[in-house]
Amino acid sequence: MGLNLIVLIKQVPDTQNITGNAMKEDGTVNRGALPAIFNPEDLHALEAALTIRDSTPGSKVHVLTMGPPSAVQVLKDSLYRGADFVALISDRRFAAADTLATSYALKCAVEKIGSYDIVLCGRQAIDGDTAQVGPQTAEKLGINQITCVSRIEDIDVDKRTITAVRSIEGGYEKIRAKLPILLTLTDEHYLPRPPSAIKLMTYKSASTEMSNTDFDESYLTSGADLKAENTISLWDINAIGADPESCGLAGSPTKVKTIDLVVLKSEDLRMIENTDESIGDMVHELIADHTLG
Amino acid sequence: MATKNSVMVFVQQDDGIIAEVSIELISKARDLASRVNAPVSAVLMGNELRKAAESLIPYGVDLLYTAEHKGLAHYTPVPYTKVLVEIIKKHSPQIVLYGATTTGRDIAPRIASALRVGLTADCTDLQIGDYKSKGAQFQNVLYQIRPAFGGNIIATIVSPEKKPQMATVREGVMKMSSPDPSFKGQIIAEDVKLGPDDFPSEILERVKEEKSVNLKGAQVIVAGGVGVGSKENFDLILQLAHTLGGEVGASRAAVDAGYVSKDHQVGQTGTTVRPKLYIACGISGSVQHRAGMDESARIIAINTDPEAPIFQIANYGIVGDLKEVIPRFIKAFKAKV
Repeated sequence: MGLNLIVLIKQVPDTQNITGNAMKEDGTVNRGALPAIFNPEDLHALEAALTIRDSTPGSKVHVLTMGPPSAVQVLKDSLYRGADFVALISDRRFAAADTLATSYALKCAVEKIGSYDIVLCGRQAIDGDTAQVGPQTAEKLGINQITCVSRIEDIDVDKRTITAVRSIEGGYEKIRAKLPILLTLTDEHYLPRPPSAIKLMTYKSASTEMSNTDFDESYLTSGADLKAENTISLWDINAIGADPESCGLAGSPTKVKTIDLVVLKSEDLRMIENTDESIGDMVHELIADHTLG
Repeated sequence: MATKNSVMVFVQQDDGIIAEVSIELISKARDLASRVNAPVSAVLMGNELRKAAESLIPYGVDLLYTAEHKGLAHYTPVPYTKVLVEIIKKHSPQIVLYGATTTGRDIAPRIASALRVGLTADCTDLQIGDYKSKGAQFQNVLYQIRPAFGGNIIATIVSPEKKPQMATVREGVMKMSSPDPSFKGQIIAEDVKLGPDDFPSEILERVKEEKSVNLKGAQVIVAGGVGVGSKENFDLILQLAHTLGGEVGASRAAVDAGYVSKDHQVGQTGTTVRPKLYIACGISGSVQHRAGMDESARIIAINTDPEAPIFQIANYGIVGDLKEVIPRFIKAFKAKV
C-alpha cells in the first residue's frame, strides 16, 4: 500500500543573491534583475517526497503551486526530477493573496486531489520569509503538522505513523505523529537530486491543460501512461471549488499600508586602502578610542 | 478593570523557564497598551506553572491567563492551538504578540488560520496609528513593520478589519524593561478541556545543547559571508576573531554554504547583536543581515565588490581580498598591543 504525497511549492525571485549589480543607483533593489527560481526549501521538500516514494512502493508524488502562468517552470522542474503529477493553481482572482488567502486556495487544491497521507512544503519562501503558509494550510485541512523538519526517520505505513526530527533553537526534537500530517522541511538533509535528462526531453514541451472537470482519481491506482501524467494541469478558482470571497485580496485580512524602499546612505564611511600602513592606522585608531584591545 | 480588548502576549516556556522574547514582548505590550488605553494580558501554558506565573506579573501583566495540563508541559501544535484559540475567543484581545521563535512561528499561523485573522511575521517594529482605506477610517491600528523581499524593502502591514491583530517579533528586537515587584496583576486559571485525540504528536526525544556561541554578549564580532569563498578561507575569520578576543558571526548565506554552524548566524532569522565593533568580511549586506547588526557601535566592511551594500552602513570600508586584508589586520593588531 503506497502513500499519497502532496508537495506545495513556490516560484520566487532570487532574493538571496543580491549583489551590487542588482542595486539601482538610488540604493534600492532592481527586482527585474532577479531571476525567478524554485524556492530552495521547497526543492528539499520535493526531494523528501521523492525519497519516501522511492522507498514505499505504490506511492505517488503530486506537486502543486499557486502563481502566475510563468510558475509552470517550477512544475516542469518537478517533473524532470520525478514528480508523478503536477498542477498549476492560477487565476486572476488569486492575485494579491496574503498567507491566509494563499493557504485557503492550497487547502482547496489539496482536497481536490482527494485522499493524501503527507503534505510537504519548504519551511519558508525566500521572498517573504514568513513560514506561515505551511501551518495555515495544515490548520485549514484540519490536520497536525511538524515544522522545521530536517529529516524523516521512519514511516510506518501499517500503523500510519511518522517519526521525524525537527530543528529547534540550539538542538532538535524527535516527534512521532499520526498520519495524515503536514511537514515543513528545512534544507539540512535532503539534497535535491538533479533533473533527469530523459524526463527533461519527455516533459520539455509539456503544455498546460485547463481541467475544470473533477480530478480523475483513477490514475492513482492505474497504469502510468494516463494523460494526467504527461501534462501540467491548470486549475482555476472554479476547478478547486474555492469561494472567491476567501481568495486573493478579498480573502486577505492583512493590507500593505506603506512600502519604504530601503535606501542605503553612507554618512561617515571612510575608505581604507588595502595596505599595511592604512590598515595599521585604522587599527591604531580603534585601539586609541578603546573599541579594540 | 475591563478585560476585553487587551494587548495579549503568548508566553513561551520550556521546562518552566520563560523565553526572553516573551518578556521583551510584555514590555512592548505595556507601551502599546498605554497608547490604546487597554490592559496587558498574557497566556502561559504548561504544567505546574505557579512559579513561572508569579515571575511574570512584575513585568507589567495585568491579566495572566494560565492553562495547566500534563500534556501541555512541552509545546506541540494541536493541543496548544486548541487551548489558545479558546482563550482568545473568550477574552477578545485586540492584539496578540508571539516571539518569532520555532514555537511562535509554529503556533501563530495556526491561530491566525483558525480565527481567520491577519498575521505578520518577524516584525522589527510595532507602532499604533490610524489607517484610511476607501473611505473607511480606522483608529489605533497596529502597524506591523517588517523587512520584506529579502529585506530590500520595509513594509508596514495593517489588519484593521479583524481582531485580534497578530504579529510575531524576533528575539532581541524589543527592549526588556526591568520588573516592578510592586506591580499588581491577576493570575486567572483557565479550564483546560483536552482529550486523548488532542495529542496526535508525541515528543520522543528533545536535545538542547548549551549555546557555545555568545554573540549577544560579545564586544567584538568578526563575521563572514558567502564571499569568504570556502570553509578553508573561513579559518581567517576564526583567526581574526581569536586575535581580537571576539566572537565569530556569519551571514545566513555563509551558514547555508556550510562554512560555520547556525549558532553563529547574525540577522533577521539569526541573532540580533550590538557589539562595540562588527567586522563584516565578504558579506554583501542584505537588509536581513543588516537588521541583525546595524546598531553595532562601529562597523568595518571588507569586500572585493566596491558596490556591496554593506559599505553604505560601514564606518570603515576596505575593498580587497580577505586573504590579504585579514593577515594585515592581525599583523597590525599584534604590533600595536
